Amino acid sequence: MTLPRRPLLLAALAAPFASPGATGAQTPGHPLLSAPWDAVLAEARGRPVFFNAWGGDDRTNAFIAWAGGRLRALHGVDLRQVRLRDTAEAVARVVAEKAAGRTSGGSVDMIWINGPNFLAMKQQGLHFGPFVDRLPNARFIDRAGKPSTVVDFTVPVEGLAAPWRMAQVVFIADSTRVPDPPRSMEALVVWARANPGRTTHPNVRNFMGVTFLKQALCEVAPDPAALLRPVTEETLRPAADALWAWYDRLRPHLWRGGRQFPENGPAQRPLMLDGELDLYITFNPSEAAVAIANNQLPPTARPFVLDRGTIGNTSFVSIPFNAANAAAAMVTADFLLSAEAQAYGADPRVLGNPTVLDIAALPPAERARFAALPRNPAILQPEALGRPLQEPHPSWMTRITAEWESRYGR
Amino acid sequence: MLKAAPWLTAGLFLGPIAAGLAGTLLPAFGWLPALGGTTLSLEPWRALLDAPGLGRAVLLTLGTGFAATILSFLLVIAFCAATQGSPLARRAQAALAPLLATPHAALAIGFAFLVAPSGWIARALSPWATGWDRPPDWATVNDPWGIALVAGLTLKEVPYLLLMAFAGLGQVRAAEGMRAAAALGYGPVTGWLKVVLPQLYPQLRLPLYAVLVFSLSVVDVALILGPGAPPTLSALVLRWFADRELTMWFPAAAGALLLLLVVLGAILLWRLGERVAAVLGRRWIAAGGRGGGGVVLGLAAPALMGLLLAANAAALIVLLVWSFAGPWRFPEALPAAFTLATWQAQVPAIAVPATATLAVALAATGLALLLTLACLEAEQRHGLRPGRRALLLIWLPLLLPQIAFLFGWQVALVRLDLDGTMGAVVWTHLLFVLPYVFLSLADPWRALDPRYARGAAALGAGPWRVFLTVKCRLLLRPLLVAAAVGFAVSVGLYLPTLFAGAGRIATLTTEAVTLAAGADRRILGAYAALQALMPLAAYALAVALPTWLHRDRRGMRPA
Repeated sequence: MTLPRRPLLLAALAAPFASPGATGAQTPGHPLLSAPWDAVLAEARGRPVFFNAWGGDDRTNAFIAWAGGRLRALHGVDLRQVRLRDTAEAVARVVAEKAAGRTSGGSVDMIWINGPNFLAMKQQGLHFGPFVDRLPNARFIDRAGKPSTVVDFTVPVEGLAAPWRMAQVVFIADSTRVPDPPRSMEALVVWARANPGRTTHPNVRNFMGVTFLKQALCEVAPDPAALLRPVTEETLRPAADALWAWYDRLRPHLWRGGRQFPENGPAQRPLMLDGELDLYITFNPSEAAVAIANNQLPPTARPFVLDRGTIGNTSFVSIPFNAANAAAAMVTADFLLSAEAQAYGADPRVLGNPTVLDIAALPPAERARFAALPRNPAILQPEALGRPLQEPHPSWMTRITAEWESRYGR
Repeated sequence: MLKAAPWLTAGLFLGPIAAGLAGTLLPAFGWLPALGGTTLSLEPWRALLDAPGLGRAVLLTLGTGFAATILSFLLVIAFCAATQGSPLARRAQAALAPLLATPHAALAIGFAFLVAPSGWIARALSPWATGWDRPPDWATVNDPWGIALVAGLTLKEVPYLLLMAFAGLGQVRAAEGMRAAAALGYGPVTGWLKVVLPQLYPQLRLPLYAVLVFSLSVVDVALILGPGAPPTLSALVLRWFADRELTMWFPAAAGALLLLLVVLGAILLWRLGERVAAVLGRRWIAAGGRGGGGVVLGLAAPALMGLLLAANAAALIVLLVWSFAGPWRFPEALPAAFTLATWQAQVPAIAVPATATLAVALAATGLALLLTLACLEAEQRHGLRPGRRALLLIWLPLLLPQIAFLFGWQVALVRLDLDGTMGAVVWTHLLFVLPYVFLSLADPWRALDPRYARGAAALGAGPWRVFLTVKCRLLLRPLLVAAAVGFAVSVGLYLPTLFAGAGRIATLTTEAVTLAAGADRRILGAYAALQALMPLAAYALAVALPTWLHRDRRGMRPA
């Protein structure tokens, strides 16, 4: 047996997690944070990036595979997706490595992250950075027009994670079966009662499932402003009571009687294609268009939003403090922000994702990439989407999930 | 040096299990200094008992585990009783090996593709027979009672138990016993149950325990076919281990220990059941009832077995059909078109886990073969006969719930700075590959007529030359079959890959289980089909290679 390369004394391991100061820096003085970009590129060349990304959506997996091909060609970076069932797995791995004293050479190079996972890592000082402003393409981020690129679920990002795709809640309905879709969560109850078993929501442990509940929470909570602050016992009770009262009216009319749920968002697509569902929730405004093009949804599927708006957020990539290949991860984050990657992702044949960039700020040649994208009747244009509602503070998500578990998961 | 082989094997084997059990036991009582747990307490157990859904998860675990085991056992017994001495038994045996090779996850995914409300069966019958133009709102997969899980497990356990039963029947004098029973006027089924079963059962005991333990603690099949709210105990524990709140590790460790207790309790209960059955059975035998011709069972058991084998085959075929499917709307019985598009699009992505699967399986199987041969050679040269206890040790990894020691083992790997390395994954796979390789190779190896080796030695060959040119050559066929078995086991391992691979080493199994949560069925079909085809190819190779090598040696062709 070989001895561990680093002494791992139990006493040292017992040290509680250091809590960082209020300033953004979580890896102060890290040489990469002051290195010129050319040096970052040079260090990245020939290195792998273990990109821990939720692997439940094959189109996102395909996009990441495409990015890997481009990164290899452009920068000699070997992008490898670690397909997670749940993003929390990657966070747990970083926390465990910190607990075990592994402060460098960590196994996670980059995480697709936001919400409670981002906050948990921020609170425990597990992010590398702030690095976003070191990325050449970061200056094109539409910070003013898309505030969720700098404030994630009410939590300031402070350059600890780079945005790479926009998300907004949209509902998909099969237009032949639902010509006049419900425009509020209250109207959804009425519709579900008339069409039992024809809608559902993903498992509440999945971010999409709990987002369904949060979307309702925004509508039924007596004090919606409280959702933007960390949850307290005083603010939780009235909001949660209103939510569960609404949910108890809806649940019996859900698919499988509300006793069984699709594991995640994409699992709803085949259910609609087969005719089991007429209506479901998604986070991608282009879901219908892209899925129709890939034979994953009936051609009559159409998106719609609610009258009082729907929740929107931003997907980020963050680099753990102990990432073995931080430079290569920075190069990857920068590539994901490039007009090339953003326009490819915005293509309705690929992801159809709204870009995080301010297209008007781009040089003309880059702007042309977006102008060249095909239009599609199954995509809601920004005007129709409306301004997104802000995500509640992550603590709400955690508490709502736990309450759902104990109420309905027994 | 060879003398040390059994000790080396035991060390490689028991070290991780001991470290893993300790690494689960201590956190279960609050001790995990890395997370600030420096005092022993019962707090993890309190948290465990407070966890939503725990009671139901335990009941579900016991219910599905026992149901799958008992169902599989009864089917196998019924089939053996009904077909004793008939050519059906031999034919079934030939069909079993490829089914045995199918990984659990692939079979479970294929089974879901068959029986889901929008599955192939419903498509084939709709709308002409069912009147459905949309799938019914039925929970035929992931149902809250775990019926789909039981069915999926039974589908996989029956071929294994049946093969074990056939092997066991070779050890007992079944034909003679049956002749004597017939002469005394016993019907064929009654005679079999009264004369052969009591001799056969001891041979089946350990395989049955392995099936029981596996059914109680399986994770991948439970994730694919089992209920979700709550899931079975093992899936619940896995969920807690993956929580971003690492404090959940304490109740998770307690839960893993609880699963171990559940499993041990279940084995005890099964033993108790054996005693009761023995008492009742003895009375039944002594009563002397001759029984009838057993016509009903004689027809029903082979029919059921045929259905089960057909379901196995259909589950594999439907994976392939989906992977080549173009648009395929419900209720069309077949895709509107077949296309290579899915495979073409997935090749770059699928190549990575496929290569890892192959590399891990080859390495783990190679190591297992090496260790097994070293142990068997040491046994013959130095007369080191392993006792019954040593045999039990070989079964140990198959008789413990995987999650009960894999978590602790992962913590140990992190400390050794080995987690997420190829070596760690291969070592962890070895724990599960070695028992199967050893068990399938030991009997033919020991049964080889020693006069071959003596003859070669008398002609002047040294012990190594005898080993290589005589023993290995004569035993090439069982050697390769053992390798194929080991390969298949490795390809199918989910939890060991997940824990030792730290996410960095993904195999077709881990990827397929991840994708099973909701990916496009065509892509999932491609992953699962490839996962199933790899061990099948290994089996085919194991059968074809000796035949080809021995094409000019009539005496070495299979009978």
